Amino acid sequence: MDFNFTDEQSMLRDTVASYLADHYAFDQRRAMLGKEPGWSPSIWKAFAEELGILGAPFSEEAGGLGGGPVENMIVMEEMGKALVVEPYLGTVVIGGGFLKHSGHAQASDLIGQIIAGEAIFAFAYAEPQGRYNLADLKTTARKDGGSWVLNGAKAVVIGAPYATHLIVTARTAGGQRDAQGVSAFIVPKGAAGVTTRDYPTVDGFRASEVTLENVKLDAGALIGPADHALPLIEKVVDEALAATCAEACGVLRKLHEGTLDYTRQRKQFGQPIANFQVLQHRMVDMFIQVEQSISMTYMAAIKVADDAERAKACAAAKVQIGKACKFVGQNAIQLHGGMGMTDEMAIGHYFKRATMIESAFGSTDHHLARYEFLSLGQAA
Amino acid sequence: MNLDFTPEENAFREEVRAFIKGNYPASLRAAQDAGGQLSKENYLAWHKVLAKQGWVAPSWPKELGGTGWTPTQKYIWSEELARADALPVLPFGVSMLAPVLYTFGTDEQKKRFLPGIYNGDVWWCQGYSEPGAGSDLASLKTKAERVTADDGKEYYIVNGQKTWTTLGQYADWGFFLVRTDPDAKPQAGISFLLIDMTSPGVSVRPIITLEGGHEVNDVFLDNVKVPVENRIYEENKGWTCAKALLAHERSGIAGVARSKRGLEKLRSMASTERSDAGGSLLSDAFFRRKVAELEIDLTALEFTELRTLAGESSGKGPGPESSILKIKGTEIQQRIQELALEAVGHYGAPFLRDLGHNAQIGPDYAEGLAGAMFNGRKTSIYGGSNEIQRNIIAKMVLGL
Repeated sequence: MDFNFTDEQSMLRDTVASYLADHYAFDQRRAMLGKEPGWSPSIWKAFAEELGILGAPFSEEAGGLGGGPVENMIVMEEMGKALVVEPYLGTVVIGGGFLKHSGHAQASDLIGQIIAGEAIFAFAYAEPQGRYNLADLKTTARKDGGSWVLNGAKAVVIGAPYATHLIVTARTAGGQRDAQGVSAFIVPKGAAGVTTRDYPTVDGFRASEVTLENVKLDAGALIGPADHALPLIEKVVDEALAATCAEACGVLRKLHEGTLDYTRQRKQFGQPIANFQVLQHRMVDMFIQVEQSISMTYMAAIKVADDAERAKACAAAKVQIGKACKFVGQNAIQLHGGMGMTDEMAIGHYFKRATMIESAFGSTDHHLARYEFLSLGQAA
Repeated sequence: MNLDFTPEENAFREEVRAFIKGNYPASLRAAQDAGGQLSKENYLAWHKVLAKQGWVAPSWPKELGGTGWTPTQKYIWSEELARADALPVLPFGVSMLAPVLYTFGTDEQKKRFLPGIYNGDVWWCQGYSEPGAGSDLASLKTKAERVTADDGKEYYIVNGQKTWTTLGQYADWGFFLVRTDPDAKPQAGISFLLIDMTSPGVSVRPIITLEGGHEVNDVFLDNVKVPVENRIYEENKGWTCAKALLAHERSGIAGVARSKRGLEKLRSMASTERSDAGGSLLSDAFFRRKVAELEIDLTALEFTELRTLAGESSGKGPGPESSILKIKGTEIQQRIQELALEAVGHYGAPFLRDLGHNAQIGPDYAEGLAGAMFNGRKTSIYGGSNEIQRNIIAKMVLGL
């Protein structure tokens, strides 16, 4: 048993952390989000060229650093600490995940483009009616000779405004919520028939409502097996969950540290408010939530590569993370008092991200139900 | 013990319901439906209608403009306002300052200030908190020095900074706590001053809150000259006024009627939203349990409030027990906001504030839910944080 990081992994963390400390301070981020396009292509370029981190989880043969889920965890935790909006998750973890696991003909090409910072992916899986059920799909893809034709609407596609490619899930057979008949496609965002309505999200990202109207794609657009892509989709979403848990750990650490700092400085009744036992106990409970979350994130990062244990591990981790995001986020604001309510302090921005992570790729209830099913079986 | 409304009370309910329906300003309704920031005119439109009807200040003594309603009638009134999604009357003048004025003010002060409050001609704001005086309000440092000016009259020269002044950007006048005796014990050296916000030396700076709104402000006071006759009650006795005001601020804070309405909306939303299994979200076992628990907690709060009201009508003022209402009331409001955000799933994420209500991203009821939830975190902080309320109960109720 070993929870230590290798020298390479520690170096990766230091590289990302020190770059973000210099280029992604709170005020720099805020200025960048306040103007179009709402993200920084030059930072993305630096991730690719200067830091080389866009290849972190890809094999050395593919041009990557030869890492995997642990490397994603390290990068994502640092991204969480700086509230990075650039699409590492959508591109490297999700886009890269689909390409790696599917054996797609263009995989090595596209992975090369990801590593070079040229291809940017967004994951168009959610639909207005589907909540967190990955198989609840009204979007259809039908065969037309050697082509596929896609029609439908995708909801809240995070990162779509900056993407070059979308991964779109669609129904190729079966009924609206059937596990069978689900397929996935790579859709160039500029393809005819793809329209987007772009908007900011409450936590500083950009997203789109994506409409697909008779979008005609060649046969090679299919990624993974036709009609049977749900297991692939679930695997990639679990990897995204594990990475999101790591991002959350970064956010949670900042919420907790920020609260400790503030309560040590803030004086009321002639003393730092950190002296009050009721606040000390609250901060201890926050600390426990942070530590439990880190533990579950490690567990998920280790087990996500094991198909037998993956789903249960990721569901369990997300339940812990969801609860921690609520408790730590809300109490961080509470202990900052009025200052926690202001836009000018970073703490509120961490709280908003934590709140959105609670429901990312499924709410706490969703993953609790999923865990129940996986662990206890169908209710009698 | 009984819970029945009398036929007269039911008739009263019909009357006020019809009045709200027939008289609620259409312009205000449209502005509320559009979402975003309300204008000063929006806020005042409903106030003026109620002033004309004589219903703007039900709790004031009858001779000053109160309605003379029984506690039950006031309860029915607040229920009907909430049911209609009517904007609450702004509390600063009507329910915060006015009770201080009619309890501690001189006849002349009452005559001078109460009509403007009642009619909505004068917008009031509160100058209590300071950057260094929040929970520990008595440590406030804004200084008022008494001087005799060249005109032979006495003035206070006020210097300092107030913060979290809600809607201060619209205010004509403010009520302020200032230190008039720097050598006395903290609570003993404070006075309660009314300050014209157009006085030279008063400046208001917006504070943008985390959901993007402009509700609160910093207020800077730089050598502001305030006539001594603008002081309420005795010099250095302002803390007495402040305490009375805070008790009033707490008693209204339970927000039972508003929370009931919030729960109704939540249920309606959750019956439209789909669960992962495809049924209504309200049929999802986990979600419905949370709604049920919330309803039960709200019922407990409602009956606690009714007991408090019954106590008031038999002559007891709102005591430290009102801290229970503040704690539970705000916790419940926050949980409703959280569940509403949870109910809309992915559509909690879009930030449409700057795009206007025509953006139409996702269902219309989803718009603004995240912002409301973020903004709602203030309720367990303001008016004496919920930690301070627990201190009050420990000390004043339990005698610990």
